Amino acid sequence: MDFLNAIVALSNFVIIPAVAYGSQLAIGALGVTLIYGILRFSNFAHGDTMAFGTMVVILFTWWFQSMGISIAPLPTALLALPFGILFTALLLVGTDRVVYRFYRRQKSVPVIYLIVSLGVMFILNGLVRFIIGPGDQRFADGARFLIKARDFKEMTGLKEGLAIKSSQGITVITAVIVVALLFWFLNKTRTGKSMRAFSDNEDLALLSGINPERVVLITWLIVAALATVAGTLYGLDKSFKPFTYFQLLLPIFASAIVGGLGSPIGAIAGGFVIAFSEVTITYAWKKVLTYLMPDALDPSGLVQLLATEYKFAVSFVILVIVLLFRPTGLFKGKAL
Amino acid sequence: MSDQTKTFSLFALVAVLIIGTGFVQSWNSALFILNMGLISAIMSLGVNLQWGIAGLLNVGVMGFVALGGLATVLISMKPDPEAWAAGGPSILLGLLIGAATIGASIFASRKIAKGWPRILGVLAILLFGFVLYRLTFIPAVKAVEAVNPATSGYLGGLGLPILIAWPVGGLLAAGAAWVIGKTALGLRSDYLAIATLGISEIIIAVLKNEDWMSRGVKNVIGIPRPLPYEIDLQNDPSFVERAANIGLDPTTASTLYVKIGYALLFTIVLIALLWLSQKALNSPWGRMMRAIRDNETAARAMGKNVTARHLQIFILGSAIVGIAGAMMTTLDAQLTPASYQPLRFTFLVWVMVIVGGSGNNLGAVLGGFIVWFLWVQVEPIGLWLMQVITAPLAEDNALRTHLIESAAHMRLLTMGLFLLIMLRFSPRGLLPEK
Amino acid sequence: MAEPFLIGDTMTGGYGKGPDILHECTVAVDKGEIAVIVGPNGAGKSTAMKAVFGMLDVRSGAVRLNGQDITKLSPQDRVLQGMGFVPQTHNIFTSMTVEENLEMGAFIRRDDFADTMEQVYDLFPILKEKRDQHAGELSGGQRQQVAVGRALMTQPSVLMLDEPTAGVSPIVMDELFDRIIEVARTGISILMVEQNARQALEIADKGYVLVQGRNAYTGTGKELLADPEVRKSFLGG
Repeated sequence: MDFLNAIVALSNFVIIPAVAYGSQLAIGALGVTLIYGILRFSNFAHGDTMAFGTMVVILFTWWFQSMGISIAPLPTALLALPFGILFTALLLVGTDRVVYRFYRRQKSVPVIYLIVSLGVMFILNGLVRFIIGPGDQRFADGARFLIKARDFKEMTGLKEGLAIKSSQGITVITAVIVVALLFWFLNKTRTGKSMRAFSDNEDLALLSGINPERVVLITWLIVAALATVAGTLYGLDKSFKPFTYFQLLLPIFASAIVGGLGSPIGAIAGGFVIAFSEVTITYAWKKVLTYLMPDALDPSGLVQLLATEYKFAVSFVILVIVLLFRPTGLFKGKAL
Repeated sequence: MSDQTKTFSLFALVAVLIIGTGFVQSWNSALFILNMGLISAIMSLGVNLQWGIAGLLNVGVMGFVALGGLATVLISMKPDPEAWAAGGPSILLGLLIGAATIGASIFASRKIAKGWPRILGVLAILLFGFVLYRLTFIPAVKAVEAVNPATSGYLGGLGLPILIAWPVGGLLAAGAAWVIGKTALGLRSDYLAIATLGISEIIIAVLKNEDWMSRGVKNVIGIPRPLPYEIDLQNDPSFVERAANIGLDPTTASTLYVKIGYALLFTIVLIALLWLSQKALNSPWGRMMRAIRDNETAARAMGKNVTARHLQIFILGSAIVGIAGAMMTTLDAQLTPASYQPLRFTFLVWVMVIVGGSGNNLGAVLGGFIVWFLWVQVEPIGLWLMQVITAPLAEDNALRTHLIESAAHMRLLTMGLFLLIMLRFSPRGLLPEK
Repeated sequence: MAEPFLIGDTMTGGYGKGPDILHECTVAVDKGEIAVIVGPNGAGKSTAMKAVFGMLDVRSGAVRLNGQDITKLSPQDRVLQGMGFVPQTHNIFTSMTVEENLEMGAFIRRDDFADTMEQVYDLFPILKEKRDQHAGELSGGQRQQVAVGRALMTQPSVLMLDEPTAGVSPIVMDELFDRIIEVARTGISILMVEQNARQALEIADKGYVLVQGRNAYTGTGKELLADPEVRKSFLGG
């Protein structure tokens, strides 16, 4: 019984949150890795792109809510998602035309793109705060839980409850759909293959008649979708605050690098590695251990390896370890 | 226009802008802009060393600035004997154990042959060290933080003169730069950028959460000054008399006196650092650095140890930023970790370097002044602009109130635009590298 | 004499704003024939071929394909005109499967290219066997076959090969040459640059010996092999 309780507590506080967070990071990291693979730079504006997309979703959610449109028990945000993607796509393609394309023609080195992306980040940051403000916004509606802790306890008779938030369920399902679509697109369609070819060997792709501008355009469209989905899922699960999204850059980059920059599979694996490390290291294990240890050995402290305030340190340390020992990442990316 | 005339006239423009602020707004704000401009110029000089001269991307400027700020607390605040008695030695011991653990695991991973024994051995050392560290460190931290939490709750500093904190701030920043450089230099340039972004977030997290060290978000206020306090000046009859002689009331005179004092101190540091940077830039060492930046492969082929040179300059640049950070906290006389915003520090300094002219030290200094001036002035201008634009709307119109309230965020937008426009149309900056 | 099918006629030029590397150099190939460019290191062999393919500025002279002047066309447009090019290095998509490499070769074709793929597989049976493997995992000789196969997917009338046997063993080299002869038999003209001059001239209908960007000797493969001057200077006696 205690063992079962321990497993339930573990799932409730570690596994389920980490799976949801990992999915969000994975979709975010996919965006970063695609840009890296095709446009060959680390896009520092990605966190703020996510914030922009989420902001549009929130605005549409509010509008739908005010008109009484709802798809309860699902959150209205899902209905607003396509509009968020559309606006983000317009934004990204516009940015590419006005900003990045110039440097592509100049054949600038990646570092210049990186600094340019810092400028874009600044602008997006200002834009988002200007429109929706720097504060916290909650926009989740619909059913809060798929399984409530109390129901679970009644159902199983266990002491520990297992709660699954709707946002967690939606995150995982959406992530599976998004990843499946993306991989289908990259591996099965002509356009998707041409993107991989371009990423693999730009000169030969040009020689084969692949139009680079088209590849770049499609990349931005996909990135817009990925960024908006990742941002919205994160916002539904936690809450939306522009600065938090900027801070997500670190775990997202860490995920992409740990997996191997430029490798989509790597981005997903990296997302889960980072999420699980972050959650397990900052989780207070007292509850789980109390069930497992004999009473005499009950842990007195919280048995928390690191305070939650230091969760960024976890991403960072993993990043450093990977850089030191395997700079190409788990799935050989295009690094070095 | 010759290079020298251009440099001269641009700096004259800065002087006009600042003096103009004095006449139009107030001398207090003019001196504020001047003082922060001087500090910004130093930060910009440090980043220029890294980016302009060596081509290294430091996206964690904020962290190094904050380390400088931490130095002022550690050096100049009075030690708290009660807190030290409660747990000072144990905290130091805990930190020592932590450092020893990391050292031992690095040593072990170098000495033991590759394979499972190494992985297990290193893990065992880490685990054992971590437990030992927690056992000594955590109770001591709790004890220290329990001592007068409302006013103190931390160990305090060494009680030394504040000016010592400036070089120490540089040293702290240099130490952090060494760790980062060792890891991320020699890899792709993006990795250094991401690693520095990470370390700066962590430094801020440490400042916010390690209350025993610098009171975390409770802030340290009343950091000692290198200059007299206004109130003491006002109570000094000879000062009041001298102020009256030049026709100033004691309050204004005392604030101006202090601000001008800071300006002089900062100018001395800026000129010293600028002189050193110029010397370095024009020395064989500086030429080699630029040669490496322009063609790394060729430099490597000529037997230059590029990574080691990069590490050197990265540490130097970060140290300069750390010194500026310490100076800034001295000027504020308080350490408020929550005020360290990456957009305000890291990215604004980048704008300064790029606008000024990366690779040119004078350009970096100029960029520091001009961009800081804009940063300060864009907010009132934005507000004014919004009021003009929304003037036709009713006073309580929702859009109008929103726009006026959000005017503050115009800054970020303007700075971003400014950066992009410079990069595109004048990528070499106002004062290009020769 | 009728003009050859593809001719780079008295080309002079170099990369970008750099100095001229080619000096009134002429290379040509007739329908279904194999023409080989040989010469010492730095003679401008690859440069001559790249000039024909439009990868550098031809400042005087012209490139004509089937009588049409294509001097001003970009490499991509020349592909559309029926030229296939296999670069010396980085000539495959290593992270993609063999079949995907062939598909990418056919990217500009909007019609059904299944037949062409079958022809390539007939020509290179090993590729059919390894069609689902990543091209990066193949051996050097197999990679070259992928590279040639990729270029054949557009059904070019001319195939240009830049040192196809660089870095492969002699046995693999012989096999590659056999394949190249087979390609030529299907009516495709072949222009190639070769480091292994003797073997290449043996299969060549036409040979060009370049020295410092100029035509030094020109003749049929047999003539050049028999020429004592050529033998002494370039073929090691």
